[in-house]
Amino acid sequence: MTALRCTGLSRSFGALKAVDGVDLAVGTGARHALIGPNGAGKSTLFKLVSGTMRAHSGAVELAGRDVTGLSEVARCRLGMSQTMQHASLFGSMTAAETVALAAARHEGGRISPLPRRRPAVWTRAGELLAEVGLAERRDVPVPALSHGERKQLEVALALACRPSLLLLDEPAAGMSPAESARLVELLAGLPAEITVLFVEHDLDLVFSLADSVTVLHLGRVLLSGTPDEVRASEAVREAYLGAGRREELFTA
Amino acid sequence: MTAVEAPAVPGGAAAVTPRAPRGWTGLVTVVVVVVLAAVPLFLAPFATTTLTRILVFALFAVSLDLLVGVTGLPSLGHAAYFGAGAYAAGWVSINVTAEAPVPLLAGAAVGAVAAALTGWITVRSAGVFFLMLTLAIGETMHQLANTWDSVTGGANGLIGIPSVRIAGAPLTNAGFVHWYVLAVFLLGFALVWLVARSPFGTALRGIRDNEPRMRAIGYPTALYKYAVFVFAGGVAGLAGSLLAAQARFVALPDIGFLTAAFALLAVVIGGAGSLWGACLGAALVILVRDALGPSLGGHGTLLLGAVFVLVVYLLPRGAAGVRLRRRGTS
Repeated sequence: MTALRCTGLSRSFGALKAVDGVDLAVGTGARHALIGPNGAGKSTLFKLVSGTMRAHSGAVELAGRDVTGLSEVARCRLGMSQTMQHASLFGSMTAAETVALAAARHEGGRISPLPRRRPAVWTRAGELLAEVGLAERRDVPVPALSHGERKQLEVALALACRPSLLLLDEPAAGMSPAESARLVELLAGLPAEITVLFVEHDLDLVFSLADSVTVLHLGRVLLSGTPDEVRASEAVREAYLGAGRREELFTA
Repeated sequence: MTAVEAPAVPGGAAAVTPRAPRGWTGLVTVVVVVVLAAVPLFLAPFATTTLTRILVFALFAVSLDLLVGVTGLPSLGHAAYFGAGAYAAGWVSINVTAEAPVPLLAGAAVGAVAAALTGWITVRSAGVFFLMLTLAIGETMHQLANTWDSVTGGANGLIGIPSVRIAGAPLTNAGFVHWYVLAVFLLGFALVWLVARSPFGTALRGIRDNEPRMRAIGYPTALYKYAVFVFAGGVAGLAGSLLAAQARFVALPDIGFLTAAFALLAVVIGGAGSLWGACLGAALVILVRDALGPSLGGHGTLLLGAVFVLVVYLLPRGAAGVRLRRRGTS
């Protein structure tokens, strides 16, 4: 069973083929990492999968259903949820309000045009904040949160959409080692029915979390395999490091 | 767009989040309503009429604030729906009936329908494009009102609008008109206030803060913006029907660019995102334009411009931001 399947996905910007015929299959419950040097097309591929950007060719299937023609909103309703590389939140809201905003949309209730008490939504928001370690910070306005906390809030916001497929774009970028360790713990503890596809530059984090890895290079899939296969691959090293060998990056 | 939105954020948070203190707000509201209701008993008819005009314009400004301050859609053509509502209410009063709820409903309905017909194109644009599209729609409606003189009276304006009737009795006294306008104003304000505080209103603020992220968490933002655009058009139309009831005359300037710009001015002066701030802004605009303007030899607009510059420099969050800052420092 695949949670996500991309076939021949392509997108170019002028002459640059940012994503060039990418095939990708992510099994249900997988922790799948997407790595590659800068400019490999990871972020563009993410946008094609989430629907933020339209593919020029190819198809995206979510749990066996073709979603290529669906909007980002529709894909989110079908269980696809994402965090942004650069925390992208709501400047006038507190942490709890942010999560409640997403929870309100995904807890079944209608978005009412009249004031409503929604205890279920606020309970769910509280649970999610506790899950990502922000329980103490629930009433803090988003602009007052630290960078690491905003990234944690991003994860809570994405989880509030009750995803079956969670897309994380560099979840640990800019985090302190302690925050990053916390994030690994959180992601490792996610229920198995949530499939996770993530882009990450921190290879320690990738190898500690991922059970499968896809390496992108210049818009194409260089290699898809287990973390060990990727570690051992000569081609991957060259893509990352050029001819000069800096093995410590992978072996340290 | 950023420039218009930036001051909106803190003001908006103050006015409509559930964190705002309740006790004082309730008391102040009651006092203000009582004072407004008592005005015709103490003030001369001219002063009462000025206050009535303020209420009419304030409801219009509040409906615009829902777009500008809450949703982050700075519209330069909102007078189109205000004017459409005013013409509709006036026309219905002349040709059908002036019996109380009918002109109101006609005004609100025509305002909403006009917004529904023009809104879908506008809400799918953003920033400067939204500004320009709404401006273009406003000008088109202005031209339409000018040309269609069998209904609107063209350049002469719509004259001979009868007094509103309640249960058959016409409201000729300025005091009664004031109470009528006040009642409808309170109703309209309450409606907008409820919407702004609802889950839907929270979603609108989410759209103002970060629309792409709202789509990513599953909100169909264009649909939400369209819904609020139509609703704001309806409230503007309701305010327009009050104009027809109060002035008993609707003319081209009421649907024109200057009226739209004055409303935007009122929202910014009051503090975008704060509904009561928009009312304060509207009061200032009407006072300077109508009460002070004549004694300045028609240079009221100049004074308003100066006030606007001062507000932008001294109170970047508008009048509604003043209270906030004081509380923040104490």
